[in-house]
Amino acid sequence: MVTAADRIAQQQGLHIGMPVSKAQALVPGLQVLPASPDDDAASLERLALWVLQRFSPIVAVDPPDGIVIDSTGADHLHGGEAAMLEALIGRLMMSGVTARAAIAETWGAAHALARHGPDPLHVAEPGTAETLLARLPLEALRLPLATLASLRTLGFACIADLLHQPRAPLTRRFGPDLCRRLDQALGHVAEPIEPLRPTELVEVRRSFAEPIAAAETIARYIGKLVIQLCAALEERGLGARRLDLLCWRVDAHVQTVRVGLAKPQRDPQRLTRLLCEKIETISPGFGIEILSLTAVMVESLEARQVASSLLETTAPDLSGLVDVLANRVGARGVYRMAPVASDVPERSVTRVAPLSDPVGVGWPDHWPRPARLLPWPEPIETVALLPDHPPVWIAWRGVRRKVARADGPERVFGEWWKRDAELIAVRDYFCIEDEAGERYWVFRAGDGENAGTGSHHWFLHGVFG
Amino acid sequence: MSARTSTPAIAALRQQIAAMEGDGGRSRGALPFGLPDLDRRLPGGGLALGCLHEVAGGGNGAVDGAAASCFAAGIAARLPGQVLWCVTQADLFAPGLEQAGLGPDRVIYVEAGDDVSVLACMEEGLRHGGLGAVVADVARLSMTASRRLHLAAKGSGTTGIALRRWRRQQDASDFGQPTAAMTRWRVSVLPSAALPVPGVGRPRWLIELIRARAGESFDLELEACDGTGHLGLPAAVADRSAAAAGGRYGAFA
Repeated sequence: MVTAADRIAQQQGLHIGMPVSKAQALVPGLQVLPASPDDDAASLERLALWVLQRFSPIVAVDPPDGIVIDSTGADHLHGGEAAMLEALIGRLMMSGVTARAAIAETWGAAHALARHGPDPLHVAEPGTAETLLARLPLEALRLPLATLASLRTLGFACIADLLHQPRAPLTRRFGPDLCRRLDQALGHVAEPIEPLRPTELVEVRRSFAEPIAAAETIARYIGKLVIQLCAALEERGLGARRLDLLCWRVDAHVQTVRVGLAKPQRDPQRLTRLLCEKIETISPGFGIEILSLTAVMVESLEARQVASSLLETTAPDLSGLVDVLANRVGARGVYRMAPVASDVPERSVTRVAPLSDPVGVGWPDHWPRPARLLPWPEPIETVALLPDHPPVWIAWRGVRRKVARADGPERVFGEWWKRDAELIAVRDYFCIEDEAGERYWVFRAGDGENAGTGSHHWFLHGVFG
Repeated sequence: MSARTSTPAIAALRQQIAAMEGDGGRSRGALPFGLPDLDRRLPGGGLALGCLHEVAGGGNGAVDGAAASCFAAGIAARLPGQVLWCVTQADLFAPGLEQAGLGPDRVIYVEAGDDVSVLACMEEGLRHGGLGAVVADVARLSMTASRRLHLAAKGSGTTGIALRRWRRQQDASDFGQPTAAMTRWRVSVLPSAALPVPGVGRPRWLIELIRARAGESFDLELEACDGTGHLGLPAAVADRSAAAAGGRYGAFA
């Protein structure tokens, strides 16, 4: 029996459920691998662990072929829900995994949309679950095969048919499972995700006889947990790169706090401080009964001898500061700039991690560069002689300025190896100074002669100091 | 400007005033600009280290903050160590800063969402103590906030520069409000000196010291930072006799 077939195999006419002998007859020289569900499950768990380390604190395996992620509070670190999905799918695709993904309000709805939705990537707006689910087939409801078959016999084809049926006869006939699945998908019944916690993960937890809610109490217990965790890490010679604090509330909700570190650390004071800064993001509800602290990403951290010399001064360690800032504004908000070999100004800089090794080189210094570069070049009105004279005056943001002095043109050619549209594109940059001494960096799209090189409109791109 | 007198009586008075101001900590010295005309008029012979300073642009510079950021970059470039630059809008162009002397390897940018978190990040940087300087693009700076920043700078010896930059020209009137900063500068662009050939010369700034604790305000026409972060004297001024150079005094509120 064929249990799995990739896209190429499906194009050849194979489908899941056909006998192997038939498939071999259909495609000569077919390579058949025996199915091993155990290996599949193990690799799915490895994948889930990878997602846990990189994307969200609450991840679980959704057998046989899925992973469920609680993205609450994790998506903003990746620039929003859609961006997070794209990043996730993109990284999976680079490692050779074809995947479909969906974000919805409930596990059930996301499960259905990811497997049976129209698009491989889908972010459902809040409140649209019912309309989206109505169109999907019954298989999307995670029901046993027998139930599906008898529902089909009764003439139900998609979820919409079930939604408005009286519940009592359905439950009597198919048991409580059907309506429970329906309610779970629509969000009427809570469905907690039991997070994946592999045994090798360093985890400490503490249960409370009486639920805690006050910020000071949470802070005190965080301090105690961190000390335990650091002791456990020290035993194994590890340092934490990413910590998850899970707060299990009495109403079965889980609040999560994730902090990242630029370098492996196991300094209790530092870790406690990072976690305590996030306490205000925890909503304790009716109280927290379990606090659990996990080092999801660890790296080896051995004790090192510090070079002690009276003459040498060691460079100050900025990793603590970078951690605090990165956890406050998001890891994307803390960066250094590094040069890129490109003449196009907006492409000549790239962001690198704040503690990466010094690049050592800067940018070519032939031409002055503005201190402030506008996020997008702004169109301006000008009067200029073609093909290579600077403007006589410019009007930017409603103010007309007469140009007193100018330098240029500095011709920047399009990078044809990146996009076809830039094959012959040209920008001519001028540094202009108006009568008051304000200096601007303006450019003309096009070389002033050939209309194919650009629109010949003028833009202002930067302001010199 | 009278020459700095160094009689013991005046030194004792200064100490008394410093004790009354309650800044605690000893003075960390000063960073000279390398221009006698400028350094001579600054208390301590340069920009006081381990303090908060304010820099704003004049005219359109209040909105784009380009000249002010080059001025701040020039100061930060001449201080040893890494520089933390807190911004709300990421429009700084690193090649431009490098031409003011601040190379890309020395600046860590922090992009905070709003003014409040910019101030919080700046304070965090100032308290850390391992940085050479902390620069932040700040629009509103209250007395309380500036006092916190100043004390943080005093405590760790890191120099803080609040780069005042507003969304609208009208908001720039905020610059008159009192703050705890040690000095308050305004940098406005001036037309550059005409070259014998068509082209743009080295940028020239009107640098106004609007307020300085224990010092007097003045303004001076200077050439912008070079590739090492040093300001230059315009040729016309450099050629004049010392007595005639930069003799104007402004009265500022």
